[in-house]
Amino acid sequence: MIAPMPQPVDNSSNALETSPRMAPALHRQPVISTIGARAFLLEAPGHFDLAPQRRIWALAQALRQWDDLSEIVPGMTNLLAIFKATPADPDAVTVRLRDAWGRAESIDIKGKTVEIGVIYGGEHAIDLAALCDRSGLTDSEVVRIHHEGTYTVFALGSAPGFGYLHGLDPRIHMPRKTVPSLKMTKGCVTIGGMQTGVATLTGPNGWNSIGFADLQMFDPAAAVPAIMAPGDTVRFLPERIEL
Amino acid sequence: MIEIIDTGPLNTIQDLGRPGYRDIGVTASGAMDPLALKIANLLVGNGEGAAAIEVQTFPFRLRFDETTVFAVTGGAGATLDGRVLPPWWMQQGNAGQVLELSLSPASARAYIAFAGGVDVPIVMGSRSTSLRGAFGGMDGRFLQRHDRLPLGEATALSVDGLGVVPPATALAELFPIALDGTLLIRALPAGEHHLFGADAERFWSQSWKISSQSDRTGYRLSGEPVRPTEPAEMRSYGIVPGVVQVPPGGEPIVQMSDANTAGGYPKIAGVLEADLWRLGQARIGSRLRFVRSSHADARALDQAIAAYIDDIRNTSQMVARALKTMTGR
Repeated sequence: MIAPMPQPVDNSSNALETSPRMAPALHRQPVISTIGARAFLLEAPGHFDLAPQRRIWALAQALRQWDDLSEIVPGMTNLLAIFKATPADPDAVTVRLRDAWGRAESIDIKGKTVEIGVIYGGEHAIDLAALCDRSGLTDSEVVRIHHEGTYTVFALGSAPGFGYLHGLDPRIHMPRKTVPSLKMTKGCVTIGGMQTGVATLTGPNGWNSIGFADLQMFDPAAAVPAIMAPGDTVRFLPERIEL
Repeated sequence: MIEIIDTGPLNTIQDLGRPGYRDIGVTASGAMDPLALKIANLLVGNGEGAAAIEVQTFPFRLRFDETTVFAVTGGAGATLDGRVLPPWWMQQGNAGQVLELSLSPASARAYIAFAGGVDVPIVMGSRSTSLRGAFGGMDGRFLQRHDRLPLGEATALSVDGLGVVPPATALAELFPIALDGTLLIRALPAGEHHLFGADAERFWSQSWKISSQSDRTGYRLSGEPVRPTEPAEMRSYGIVPGVVQVPPGGEPIVQMSDANTAGGYPKIAGVLEADLWRLGQARIGSRLRFVRSSHADARALDQAIAAYIDDIRNTSQMVARALKTMTGR
């Protein structure tokens, strides 16, 4: 049997049904599951990338109009919707979420730019050597690649004010450690897989530290407790490089 | 004011927590047994969500500076100046009297509520202690000897001596325990349940032991490991207490009140909220089995618990009014 010729992508309303293989990732269906009886997790189809994340932000915005939700937690190309009460008809909730996803247009949040001064290397860069080993790059190359990047805050989570940053150069991707550091210092500039971020609490941490930022990322007493917000742009400015 | 005279580590001030900030990474915290907290508050005439002391390391002793109406619920033996108090009981403590809580063999945590509530500052909508974030409660830390806690303005209720039938007894038919003492905890399958193949069935059928590596953040369960048939590549997702995640070792972790706000391990199940308070009272070393449940079960349980709480609210107010009339107070 001869493989069908590639066809131009059909953007008409029935494109989904007629040519699923041709549809871009974003036109596929999200996966919806539950955590307990009140929380529903919607996972966007497609790659871990900015396009599905923008659509997650749009979905979060749309869901803020639902008055039966108590909390909306955008994650990494996914979103957890927590209902005030256990829904009577979970299948109907799934349909509503799927519809909301279907209608969610990609939005480009006009975030602020957060500039973070970093001391690269030095006593807190406990995993820089391992990253050099893995990447085959010198420490100054790793540092340069990291601070030349422009990052987008995808979501906040894990620890108060911690932003998951997207946009890390694949040359310095580094898997999380199998044995976490037991007491990584708050302020460590870290790489976890294809993400980067700045530790906001001192404690166990499986990400890889390459530097240190002396910046208060979270203040529970402030009107806006977290410095970062989804859609913000983050740049790292090398204050000092200690190699 | 009350003064802490004796306490082990990890006893904290808790209310019903600060939900609503998970999207900026802030754990909800709050009582591990919210049902016991609510009842303690209702008994002393507070709103159900006032701040109270959660005691999980014993013995715990405090002294009243002035006449104070208090209630003790959850699991603990309680004495006032050495006199044994009935379980799930409220009464008045006088200036200088000492309330002592001792470990109960069957439960893990007790709650002490005071008329007016513990009046520490509200941080992000709650007085709950966030140990991890080091804020809320008493300067974000656990209670220490010589801490003096301010109390809020007490409302009208001034009965001296009133108890309730604990939920585990009053609602016994809703909260079954296996004949061998194994706790039966209802849960729904979660997102990666299907990836566990035959192990998924064993997750439900085998009994799990609550390991010593268990605290307010989460319970680590020991038993024969369950593993996905292929490694799952997860992206960080928002979580709620009750999520049962399976790290690479195959022994599940149930996230509890101080749960992280996001996770990356495959999740096999999610415990019904109506059963979370029972987990909050489960002791290290005890055993549990997960029972596959449904949204319909969850709703029925939620409604039964709400009715039980309403009943206590109404009855305690009614008794207070009646006693007031009788004593002419």
